[in-house]
Amino acid sequence: MSQQPKMPRSWRVETKPHKFCPGCGHGIILKFLGEAIDELEIQDKVVFGCDIGCSLLSWDFFNLDSVQTHHGRTIPVMTGIKRARPELICIAYMGDGGGYSIGAQHMVSAAARNEKITVILANNTQYAMTGGQMAPTTLPGQKTETSPFGRDPEVTGFPLQGPEMVASITPEGAYVARSSMSNLLQLKGALKKALENQINGNGFSFVESLSACPTNWRTNAKETWGFIENEMSKFFKLGEIKAPGAEQEAVR
Amino acid sequence: MAHNLIQEKRVFMTGNEVVAWAAIAAKADIMYGYPITPQNEIMHYWTRLAPKYNKTFLQTEDELSAGFTTVGGVLAGRKAFTATAGPGNVLMQEPMTMAEMMRLPTVVVVQQRGGPSTATVIYSQQEVTLTTLGGNGEGTRIVYSTANHQELYDYTIKAFNTAWKYRYPTFVLGDGYQAKMREPLTIYSPEDRGMQIIAPQAYVGLAGMPGLDRPPAQHRNTYNLEEELYEKVSHDVAEFERITPEVAEFQAENTDDADLVVVSHGVVFRAVREAVNNLREQGLKVGYFRPVTLRPLPVQQIKEFSSRVDKILVIESAYGQLARLFKDAAYGSTAEIASLFRPGIGITATEIEDRVKELMETGLRKARLRKISFGR
Repeated sequence: MSQQPKMPRSWRVETKPHKFCPGCGHGIILKFLGEAIDELEIQDKVVFGCDIGCSLLSWDFFNLDSVQTHHGRTIPVMTGIKRARPELICIAYMGDGGGYSIGAQHMVSAAARNEKITVILANNTQYAMTGGQMAPTTLPGQKTETSPFGRDPEVTGFPLQGPEMVASITPEGAYVARSSMSNLLQLKGALKKALENQINGNGFSFVESLSACPTNWRTNAKETWGFIENEMSKFFKLGEIKAPGAEQEAVR
Repeated sequence: MAHNLIQEKRVFMTGNEVVAWAAIAAKADIMYGYPITPQNEIMHYWTRLAPKYNKTFLQTEDELSAGFTTVGGVLAGRKAFTATAGPGNVLMQEPMTMAEMMRLPTVVVVQQRGGPSTATVIYSQQEVTLTTLGGNGEGTRIVYSTANHQELYDYTIKAFNTAWKYRYPTFVLGDGYQAKMREPLTIYSPEDRGMQIIAPQAYVGLAGMPGLDRPPAQHRNTYNLEEELYEKVSHDVAEFERITPEVAEFQAENTDDADLVVVSHGVVFRAVREAVNNLREQGLKVGYFRPVTLRPLPVQQIKEFSSRVDKILVIESAYGQLARLFKDAAYGSTAEIASLFRPGIGITATEIEDRVKELMETGLRKARLRKISFGR
């Protein structure tokens, strides 16, 4: 019998192998989300919502009640569920296009209202499902299908700082962090704290995770890792940006 | 028991207040809304009634959010609704297509204002096309067009029942006149009149451990294969057609012996009824037909009367939005279809009478001419 890697209990075995491309960050982020859900023992209380874009492929990923929504609209759908049934733990899962561009007004408003939901956003610096167009998070000089000569910040701006923005508009009680698929312990810690923040009824919780898209980046494994570690890290600083209570714990 | 939520009584209210009371009577749980005239007072009254009846309200950032939070409320198994108008109704179409695809019993009250664009905050019947067929789909939704405040009350209650019974998004289509006018009506608890209120059921957040006690409840609106989508849409359309005879409603009078039938809906119907009654008293063979449901239309009844009658006059405060739906339903009829279109403005009984007489006189003149030419 071959040794199988240990997968989360909330993992839905019948829908594996998952539908993401080899090297994609979604599978890793979702695996650690599953572990966080297991450890917090909330599998029977969670409603998992996913956006449009590659994130939609997670609609049957878990043994969790799940809803696949529209592009950018997962935050209002989860807000609607949470407001109607506050005892449920509502998770909105999306990419950077959904959270920072087409659904930015929902992100801003849910954050400002301190909605007691958890938003998890995978940032891979471009629109992956539609074939690699420029996103709000695309790095200066980065080539995409709609910035074929590299993103020019003079014309299209600088990468949007999502967690920093959310941290600056959320009231006390919110939890905001940026993590990365290249730092799994920190990622899992942030996901768990974000969920705990909702369980404790403190307020909005938001985790952006740096993610990879080797398909559209056209990178091999080494280059993919290098892009996250060396390029994305210049603009996107990892760590806890906001947490309930005055003292912010150092991120492990 | 909370039977007597609302003691039966005569009241004198604006239409927006009526809608809020009707939602209480229908045992709605939560309203999500965004301000737009002329529907605002639905939210104003709901937020004042909410604490007394243990209800909830959320003011959202826009109508996309109002629609999608309503979708969320329904998924959670609560009777959720919203209200909008004009450009807000345009934004509302995106979430309501999700409701169509996922068979979610959302309830939306639309108080039509002038269009296109921002136009007026006052009145029109220009949101018929949008409300009946506004999505990127097949219009599998139910739309009640009300004509007075009693109907606003009755049909708002009915909208929740219809939505939760058949699981299609359901709309109550009013207008700025109905929203802002005061009228007498009777409010009541539906149970006191022997009406059953259909209880909601959750789509997610079900009891038991998903994957262990039960399969996870997983809902999507995206499909990978053309055939998969074709099967899904065909099923929903077929079911919609099957329930049409149960759902479609109309009001008609004197269509049997009429030479001319006036077709209208909503508040315009009130002027039409007055005009038709006056014309009958003057000895003219005129009748009226009013679809109460604009989606689905009472197609069978439309076909029946339009195959008998010589002339049909479609009247609306829009430039042919009802007429387009009507002509599609009346396909095959040889009747002459005339119109009185007044986009964004009210229509009086006098105008209607004049138009009917003009049409009937033309008819008489033509008949006389025909007789003369045959005589030679």
